[in-house]
Amino acid sequence: MLSDFYPLFVQLAIAAGLSFTLLKAAALIGPNRHNIVKRKAYESGMDPIGSAHERYSVKFYLVAMIFIVFDVEVVFLYPWAVSFKEFLEAGAGPGVMGVVMLFVIVLAIGLLYDIKKGGLEFD
Amino acid sequence: MDLSQAYSSMWADIAAALPLVIVSLAGLVVVVFDAYRNRHAATPLITLAALVLAFAVEIPALSADGTAFHGMLRIGGAAAFVNLLILGSGILTVMLAMPYLKRLDMHIGEVYSMVLFATAGMLMLGAANHLVTIFVGLETMSVCLYILTGLVRKNQGAIESALKYFLLGAFSTGFFLYGMALLYGATGTMSLSDMQVAAGSGSVMFWAGVALLLVGFLFKVSAVPFHMWTPDVYQGAPTPLVGFMSTASKAAAFAALITVLVLALPPERWTGVLAVFAVITMVIGNVLALSQSNVKRMLAYSSIAHAGYILVALAAGTPEGYSGALFYLLVYTVMNIGAFGVMSQLEWDDAQGSTQSLDSLAGVGYRRPLLGWTMVFFMFSLAGFPPLAGFLGKWAVFAPAIDADLVWLAITGVLASAVSAYYYLRVLVVFFMKSARDGEPGTAAGEAFVIPTMTRGVLIFCTALLVVLGVTTFAWDLTGTFFG
Repeated sequence: MLSDFYPLFVQLAIAAGLSFTLLKAAALIGPNRHNIVKRKAYESGMDPIGSAHERYSVKFYLVAMIFIVFDVEVVFLYPWAVSFKEFLEAGAGPGVMGVVMLFVIVLAIGLLYDIKKGGLEFD
Repeated sequence: MDLSQAYSSMWADIAAALPLVIVSLAGLVVVVFDAYRNRHAATPLITLAALVLAFAVEIPALSADGTAFHGMLRIGGAAAFVNLLILGSGILTVMLAMPYLKRLDMHIGEVYSMVLFATAGMLMLGAANHLVTIFVGLETMSVCLYILTGLVRKNQGAIESALKYFLLGAFSTGFFLYGMALLYGATGTMSLSDMQVAAGSGSVMFWAGVALLLVGFLFKVSAVPFHMWTPDVYQGAPTPLVGFMSTASKAAAFAALITVLVLALPPERWTGVLAVFAVITMVIGNVLALSQSNVKRMLAYSSIAHAGYILVALAAGTPEGYSGALFYLLVYTVMNIGAFGVMSQLEWDDAQGSTQSLDSLAGVGYRRPLLGWTMVFFMFSLAGFPPLAGFLGKWAVFAPAIDADLVWLAITGVLASAVSAYYYLRVLVVFFMKSARDGEPGTAAGEAFVIPTMTRGVLIFCTALLVVLGVTTFAWDLTGTFFG
């Protein structure tokens, strides 16, 4: 069974070897002339202002957490959507639909709670 | 694949698992209610009503026997007994926590929804018949307990203990999941009832999976050497909720462990391993408890030691051992909730007792007779004195070990519990035989608190139950009927 994967390992080795060789070759052979303009942020990038190690408002994390919740919800809904037709043909459609609706409702309650508690209010 | 029967038994399954459904729905109701009525006085009452309703629904299920949701959950018998234990613990905890959190000004609705969701996870864990159900239950329970630990977020000790609990708990979950994956790889099934046949005498991969699974379980029941989190968490968390997490979560984890041992593993192969864990847990738990000056920390080490006693019964590997472990869990729940209930009243430092030492409790037994005398019962029962239930419980866990030719293990257990008498009785010595020095904190102003009626009720109920369980054997007889 493991032998089925040998071509994959060979390809990984080639990919790693090639990229390493090219990077190293560029650094060794290529011209190496630094100046101040070259070291600036590229094209539409901005010059950095201040340190990146600052304190963020906890609200950012709240939004991120809500995003994760609904992201995961979609991950669960994809396999359900794919196999729903089979269940429908087998006559188990209402049951499967009910279970998924329950899942969505529970998540919606979470969102409702979040909104009512002011989790999405940026002041 | 025939899918037409997939949902045919859905309504029957929901009816069979009704307590779990009631508790989960009540959790959602409390979340919505709290969103619209912040800190409303009815929130804990809804919680209490739901738990009592679930308890009442679960009682007739004791005589049932079966599975639900395509073999994911077990219904009736030992599962029903553990579920009743968890629900009872939840009811007593909510009754203790209601006035306590009001005093700390932390009576927020989230506490009660978290207690309900944690209870739902424990119910699932206690009735699990499938590795996935065990895992989902374990995680639902743990995540809620992490949050409850760090509830008083202005207290540095609480935050520290919550973070420790979370990090170590997440780590142990990783072990558990890895063990599950190996078991599935070795046997091709996740259902506990099919696993024993599929495993045969067990390959190396299978036993590696069992070992990793055991690490996860032993962490949750705080057995040595996976006990490091227990003292810190018990010291930092709100005291009535410590009573909850030290009893209900332990009962649920032990119930799942018993299910795994009975159903999934080839018999007679784990005795030695569990015996070793039992010995080191009992010895280290009791010895470390000797030197604690903070009562909550002492009770944490004592709960480690009690996990060791229960492991003695599991190491016997007989039906008597499993039923003895279940009976001990019941007794342990009653006395531990009582002890933490008393301690929750004696916290005049308002830092959840985390800075309170034994010295500051001198003579409190005379000044607050109710707390003092109920504590006498809890401490004597924890130490295992007849005629209280603690004695019968110790009998129930040590006797099966002797019957299974593990006499050395039983002797170690009895010696360890003799050691434990020192630190339990020391609490009573401080309570009754020492007088407070002048200028001790809390001697005058701090003790002018009123013990809420509900707390009085819980403490007296726990005391009475300890006596009843100690002089009658109905609960022990009941647990004896669960395992063939």
